[in-house]
Amino acid sequence: MSNLRWKWALLVVVLGVFGWYLVPTIRYYSMPPDVRASNAPRVDKIREGAMKLGLDLQGGSYLVYEVDLAKIPKAQRRGDEVDRAIEIIRNRIDQFGVSEPVIQKQGQDRIVVQLPGLTDPERAKELVGKTARLEFRLVKTKQEFYQALAAMDQAVARWQKLGGAAADSTLLAAADSAAADSAAADTAGASTNPFTRLLTQPQNPDVGYAYVPAQNYDKAYAMWKAVAYDSTKEEPRVLAGNTVLLWGDRQFGAGTENPGRYIYALSGRPDLTGDQVADAKVAFGLEPARPNAPGVSLTLDKRGAAIFTRLTGNNVGRQLAIILDNTVKSAPVIQDKIRGGRASITGLQGDNEAKDLGIVLRAGALPTDLNLQEERTVGPSLGKDSIREGLQASLVGLILVVLFTVLYYRVSGIIAVMALLINLFFIVATLSMLRGTLTLPGIAGVVLTIGMAVDANVLILERVREELRNGKTVRGAIEAGYGRAFITILDSNLTTLISSVVLFQFGTGPIKGFAITLMIGIIANIFTAVFVTRLVYDSFMAGRTVKKLSI
Amino acid sequence: MLEIFVGAKFKFMEHRRFAYFVSGSLILISILSLAIHEGPRESIDFTGGTVLYLDLSPQVPVGEVRAAAQKAGLGGVQVQMSEDGSQAILHFGKNETSGDAFQNFEKELDQSHPNVQLTLLSQDTVGPKVGSELEEKATLAILWSLVLILIYIAWRFTRFSFGLGAVIALFHDILITLGLFSILNREISLTVVAAFLTIGGYSINDTIVVFDRIRENMGLIRRMSFAEVINKSVNQTLSRTVLTAGTTLLAVIALFFLGGPVIHDFALAMLCGVVVGTYSSIFVASALALDISNWWTRRKQARSAGASAKTAAAR
Repeated sequence: MSNLRWKWALLVVVLGVFGWYLVPTIRYYSMPPDVRASNAPRVDKIREGAMKLGLDLQGGSYLVYEVDLAKIPKAQRRGDEVDRAIEIIRNRIDQFGVSEPVIQKQGQDRIVVQLPGLTDPERAKELVGKTARLEFRLVKTKQEFYQALAAMDQAVARWQKLGGAAADSTLLAAADSAAADSAAADTAGASTNPFTRLLTQPQNPDVGYAYVPAQNYDKAYAMWKAVAYDSTKEEPRVLAGNTVLLWGDRQFGAGTENPGRYIYALSGRPDLTGDQVADAKVAFGLEPARPNAPGVSLTLDKRGAAIFTRLTGNNVGRQLAIILDNTVKSAPVIQDKIRGGRASITGLQGDNEAKDLGIVLRAGALPTDLNLQEERTVGPSLGKDSIREGLQASLVGLILVVLFTVLYYRVSGIIAVMALLINLFFIVATLSMLRGTLTLPGIAGVVLTIGMAVDANVLILERVREELRNGKTVRGAIEAGYGRAFITILDSNLTTLISSVVLFQFGTGPIKGFAITLMIGIIANIFTAVFVTRLVYDSFMAGRTVKKLSI
Repeated sequence: MLEIFVGAKFKFMEHRRFAYFVSGSLILISILSLAIHEGPRESIDFTGGTVLYLDLSPQVPVGEVRAAAQKAGLGGVQVQMSEDGSQAILHFGKNETSGDAFQNFEKELDQSHPNVQLTLLSQDTVGPKVGSELEEKATLAILWSLVLILIYIAWRFTRFSFGLGAVIALFHDILITLGLFSILNREISLTVVAAFLTIGGYSINDTIVVFDRIRENMGLIRRMSFAEVINKSVNQTLSRTVLTAGTTLLAVIALFFLGGPVIHDFALAMLCGVVVGTYSSIFVASALALDISNWWTRRKQARSAGASAKTAAAR
């Protein structure tokens, strides 16, 4: 008798312990969504102890990037590119404001970024992957511009002769060296200025840039890309006179009669880079022409400020181009020597662009490109739908199985159902205890467990029925039934357990979730079927002679 | 009490040829379908590519969606629309792995249909490297699963015919389910592979229960033939097998109809797996065990007959 009491006590203790771990999950998910999302310390604490929802249920993005180390020549690699990239991404995400992001290194050169609860996954991706190379380069004088154009023409002519496909730096080198014998040699048949022809001189003739009208743009761009730009290094090539050619932002000229793009001749090497930016803030009123347009106000560090002061001091009257990712965002004229190291980026498209740019500049430029290898993004509405559908399926599955079990096994069926419910309790409590993640396949695993859990009970109950048919007493039938069924229960659940362990080992996120719920479900199943239901029967029969069994 | 199959005395072994015929046909159909389609249809998880699942309001005719999609991505795109035209699935091939497909599509659609509200329900992009890695992982998972199950069977069932019978039944179940997917032209994704592995576990599970009972009844072999022992055992476990299949099916059916598009294919695989697995546990696995055992016994007898004939001749 005391044996039974101990067993009941054990059961209560076990249920209590698991129940204790279940509390945070219940509390967390019964909070209204806006409270749940907040960062209040009270909420944080509860969230920590609760079961997590997978990205396929909360909505969010799972991104795998490969750090393109190939782009950095071996000699320049420092070995910490991946770690630096992780830090920079983390910085950017922190500023963007995502709750509980996960940013991890994977293997030698991959970064896994998990961003739960995103409403604008595209923006977040932009933010993470932006290289954000900021440069300041002086705009060249008209003469220098023409020199560069001459070199371009030569190189383009050569390129066209070669069929217009192959593109590398030899074209330019040949152009440079052949600068002397320009006109005579290359005019055979082809036009003399294949590139310059496409340009239109701006109204102010004394500047180092020109305008390419829309109808010429595709051609000019193709020429430029082939000859004056290194696609692998993502840098412009240096032309004669230490000049590079870069395009202005597409929106210049938009809305006018002749939309096109500006092309600038700039210093061959950047005069200042984003490394020297100490702070970047969104500010308004930076553009007199568009007072409501947002811009980014930059504060340079000490070294940058010094360079900037010297640069502006020596070049009053000239234009200083502000370049983002090889596109000229603006090229204001230097009015005066600027002390104090402040500059601003204008010509941005909207609040989001300014905000994101600020974030990216504050966090720093990535050491190299990030190439997206894998993306799984689930929008918030699909996430909610999935939760609803998953819960519906679980509920309906549960009701069907319960109905059937009770109908077929009657009171014994009710005991089996009770065991099943304890099973479910264990699954959710264990997930909560382990701070595990529930995914949509995980919910499927729970539903499967509901279906398969009854099996253990069926094995026992069928045996008991058999023993009863063979004429054993109720007590004897139960003992024999449980005894013989036990090994079979273990056996039959073991193979499914093997499958779920393999799935856990090799599976990715959502599938791991499935494997976990299946494993927990199976183990809980064995426990409840063998220990708990037996306890109920034993207690019922204790001190009584039971003649009939409702089974 | 409500009972089914009590005192069932079906003559399973006597009719096993019919079961072989049915199984054989199903397997043949599966292999044919797979051959015609050159293997199972793999989802982007393994081939690489991008799949966009979108909500459009108001609806846009499928032709125009396709036109915008073709401009948006690299390589071909397949467009599937829901019946009411409010949801679309854009399936880009393995050349579109930039992750920008949605943005590009948004831009294109904005140009042709500026008043349509486009919502991204989900986006999956798998680059080529990751695709082959996932393929590798899936293959490893399947192999390991098989190896571990085989080891387990070998340990549990020392009778070679039981082990072999169980394994063949397992392959039978998986092959037919694979065939079903091939015929219905459904994609094999990671989740579906997970379903296959689970089916594997379940199928062996089922078979083990029957074989356990056979082993238990082997004591009766003095009075009955092996075939009769098997018959009796299968009949005895019939109610349990069908009941378990029944409850599992109830659960899986709930998943199939209510679980949503993401789990749909998973539920389909489980549905087929449970049905075929139960069928194979009752009709095929033990029948095989019987036939393999008989074949083995005949071989042994032939050998020893040959040996004794030799020794007789030698004397």
